[in-house]
Amino acid sequence: MPQHNGGDSKVMSAGEAVGRFIHDGDMVALGGFTVTRNPMTLAREIARRGIQDLHLVAHSQGQALDLLVGAGCVRRIEIAYGGNGRFAPTCICFRRAVQEGRLEVEDYSNFQMSLRFLAGALNLPFMPCRSGFASDLLVHMGFGPELRGQGKIPPHKMVVADDPFSRQPEKVLLLPALTPDVALVHAQYASADGTVRIKGLTFLDLEQARAASRVIVSCEEIVPESFLRQDPDQNSLPPFLVDAVVHAPFGAHPTACHYFYDYDPRHLNMYRQEAGGDDSFRGYLDKWVTACPSQEDYLAQVGAADLMRIRANSQAGYAPGLDRR
Amino acid sequence: MTLAYTKNEMMALAAGRMANNGDILFAGTGLSMLAAAVAKRIHAPQSTVFFETGGIDPTLDELPMAVADPRVMSGTCLNSGLLEAFSILGHRRLRTISFLGAAQIDAFGNINSTCIGDYHRPRVRFPGSGGACDAMCLAHAVILFMQHDTRRFVEKLDYLTGPGWLDGGQARTEAGFRRGGPMAVVTNLGVMKFDEDSKRMYLAELYPGVEAQQVAESTGFEMDLTRAQKASPPTEEELATLRQKVDPQRLILGPPPA
Repeated sequence: MPQHNGGDSKVMSAGEAVGRFIHDGDMVALGGFTVTRNPMTLAREIARRGIQDLHLVAHSQGQALDLLVGAGCVRRIEIAYGGNGRFAPTCICFRRAVQEGRLEVEDYSNFQMSLRFLAGALNLPFMPCRSGFASDLLVHMGFGPELRGQGKIPPHKMVVADDPFSRQPEKVLLLPALTPDVALVHAQYASADGTVRIKGLTFLDLEQARAASRVIVSCEEIVPESFLRQDPDQNSLPPFLVDAVVHAPFGAHPTACHYFYDYDPRHLNMYRQEAGGDDSFRGYLDKWVTACPSQEDYLAQVGAADLMRIRANSQAGYAPGLDRR
Repeated sequence: MTLAYTKNEMMALAAGRMANNGDILFAGTGLSMLAAAVAKRIHAPQSTVFFETGGIDPTLDELPMAVADPRVMSGTCLNSGLLEAFSILGHRRLRTISFLGAAQIDAFGNINSTCIGDYHRPRVRFPGSGGACDAMCLAHAVILFMQHDTRRFVEKLDYLTGPGWLDGGQARTEAGFRRGGPMAVVTNLGVMKFDEDSKRMYLAELYPGVEAQQVAESTGFEMDLTRAQKASPPTEEELATLRQKVDPQRLILGPPPA
């Protein structure tokens, strides 16, 4: 077996990873996109530990965002979209928290958030773009003047500037970089040293990870580094960017993980009901977060029949014929 | 004999008919997903459907219920990410047509998908832009889906998420945009388009059984009704494709005709 320089094992429990790397008030980038590859095991661990005042940053997030907002872990959000497909056209706890004034939100578009993470990943102060002129995204700041320029909140939301390279007068919109404290990623495969392989769409997980100061990866399978190095074209992140590797089978449930399982329509429909009120949502948290200290406990609660129902077909990558109503 | 069909079926088909064969179709969630999928299967088999998440030209054997559904990753020519998808959306070589829904629209096709009421303490919060602002800014053209009522067709938006023709006339160009803008609004009553010069919305097509007066009564701003033509009803082939191939579980189509 050839030796590689990946270093010591970064494998640890979800509790150890969250305890070591996520603190009250941190800016946290959530990986995944609406119904796919949300870092749910990690999100439940954050909720269980009662971490407070998080500042979430994401492009389009669904389940992990809503759980963290509903559990009271989140103080502010920079986001493009809070929804979960047909299961929650607008994320339910998110909607209620915003309408009740319990959450500070600053809106961007998906492309704008993508460029902000890319700027952070490239260690650039900002990125130009042509999306957003004349919109209220440009005009309305979610965070008040007392917060601007404090901590990781930029002094301006976006700035319209002249394109210095154009012969005709042309405008560009400048977007401030994002450098989260922590990025959470759920992947299909990782090795103990932290090499990561994501199957299916990567969304913006890789830019988010490169922009962050710390990276926690949960994964369906921990595989030998030599296995990942046999086909490095398929790999997504180098080991030295990753701080923790958490083995979490079904770690994106109830969202999907391509080639492993589909999203769980029964759970997501049940969630929609439970998230509709503060009392019923406390019941949801008691049952699915508090009463399940480990991923094994959680999976026992979901039950083998539901897990088998959403198991992915290896050709399609999802569960063909799954009743998704 | 007349075929029975629902408003959602008519809307998906009316929008799908506007795609040209060979177009690059950018689909959002809901009806826009149906429109792109049905266009690809009937009117525009050479077109490519892609998603802002980075799934490019999936087989769509099953209907995705969100743009991150694993069904947008299956049988694609390429699975990538958001940056790749947005480079296609705004690509200067490509005629990208975007299908989008919104919560509010004004007479110049500007849209709101963010909130109703004050931004900081909204009466109703919606999911937000997602890629809607980007599609309105960068795509070659946008086809919008709306339920037609006076709460949604408003004189003034509560929040401008995606710029359409702004104040009309040359306003869009003056604001810095080099292409794009809304080309049509497909509702449960008919299809609206935008005047070439003023860029103001007018009624272009009425569905069978709908009167122009209903459109006027369901619109919160002055709408030109004089140019309306009759939309052709769905054909048997269109309905069969939509019901049997595109959305057999009626996940987005909703209840079948009574």
